[in-house]
Amino acid sequence: MKAREMIKIENLQKSYGSLHVLKDINMTVYESEVVCLVGASGSGKSTLLRCLNFLEKRQGGRISIRGEEINPEANNINNIRQTVGMVFQHFNLFPHKTVLENVIEAPVMVKKIPKDQAIAEAKELLQKVGLLDKANVYPSKLSGGQKQRVAIARSLAMKPDIMLFDEPTSALDPQLVGEVLATMKELADEGMTMVVVTHEMGFAREVADWIVLMDDGKIIERNRPYEFFDHPKEQHTKEFLQATMLK
Amino acid sequence: MPSFSHFLHTFFSSKNLFIDAALLTLKLTVVSILIGILFGLFFALLKISRIKVLEYISNAYVFLVRGTPLIVQIFILYFGFSGIFLIPDFWAAALALAFHNGAYIAEIFRGTIQSIDKGQMEAARSLGMTRGLAMRRIILPQAFKRALPPLGNQFIIGLKDSSLAAFISMNELFNVSTTLGSNNFDEMTYLLIVAVYYLVLVAVLTMLVSLFEKRLAVSDQ
Repeated sequence: MKAREMIKIENLQKSYGSLHVLKDINMTVYESEVVCLVGASGSGKSTLLRCLNFLEKRQGGRISIRGEEINPEANNINNIRQTVGMVFQHFNLFPHKTVLENVIEAPVMVKKIPKDQAIAEAKELLQKVGLLDKANVYPSKLSGGQKQRVAIARSLAMKPDIMLFDEPTSALDPQLVGEVLATMKELADEGMTMVVVTHEMGFAREVADWIVLMDDGKIIERNRPYEFFDHPKEQHTKEFLQATMLK
Repeated sequence: MPSFSHFLHTFFSSKNLFIDAALLTLKLTVVSILIGILFGLFFALLKISRIKVLEYISNAYVFLVRGTPLIVQIFILYFGFSGIFLIPDFWAAALALAFHNGAYIAEIFRGTIQSIDKGQMEAARSLGMTRGLAMRRIILPQAFKRALPPLGNQFIIGLKDSSLAAFISMNELFNVSTTLGSNNFDEMTYLLIVAVYYLVLVAVLTMLVSLFEKRLAVSDQ
């Protein structure tokens, strides 16, 4: 059985004014794959991820989600976003809503799911990320790691087919990184299609199906983790790995 | 200066007239601030609509209101409106004050809406919410909370500004005090009395606003 193409990026171009951030990106992500985007700050990896959720407008190229080419002007972008979840570096929980309210907000307001059902599903998700006991507290009471796990539950509540993670552990204290990565690994094991921008090389090595190194708006190397780390094809990858491991 | 016993005596003997006037002042203030909040919200949303024409309309409104004295605005609306169709004095005054307060409130809302981290809008949009829904459910509740202290301040300014309605013969606090003062050849006593009424009203308002702020602050604790 041939795996489904979940995301297909063809000749993607993106500029901010005269600054060319993404230069002719081509990449395909198949169902249940985990792709880790790595690279230095400013290499364009976050921008690429944000293009996949249409938070950034592209200047050229095509993006298809589950085989359907998406034109942000014509397609109903809100429907597509329901199938593509996004987790942000700074969590972006809604501070005026409790944990439970954060999770049920979109299912109730966007999908029009009955509130009882949404609450039951939200509680299951909170159980899954280990935060059911925090259902009725406000985000300001949570640690960074807990916030990020709530954010993951909030995204999952829309039952997305694809999850995008934009440096999900970069804003966390080192001792809180593990709990978030564990939640993500569990998600990957369940077969979720994931694209993860990360600096966590251990996670990338263990969980990713593919590692994509970006630099200066271009994909430098796309490789299997063991190849990428142990036998990189590109000189640039070697330099990147050396610099990363030295840290 | 009146003696303290004369002040007290006058204060109590005139209290019925002043209490009626205080109620009118309060009514005028509350109505004009509530309508002003609607005006303010409307023009703040125009201003952040990213549609140039709407932005210009909003800017023009704020420019006109901020650039002219309130008393001129009250007179223009009062005499202007009554020239076109019959409008009760109360509503002429209330609308003029609302129109005036709305401009300042629009700036308050614009500022607080724009102060909400843009990650909030992005998170809401990434969950499939439309811009309008995200604005209503996510941005505005947070912006409104942040707007409370400056709104409370505007409420107090509005209360004191309502004294200008005296000039279109509203029997609110200031008008009653000057009328009684000149009728009794005792201006200073009545001015001091009206100052006390304003102080009490402002103190009560300040308390209410801070109570409201505390209730809304639950999610910050």
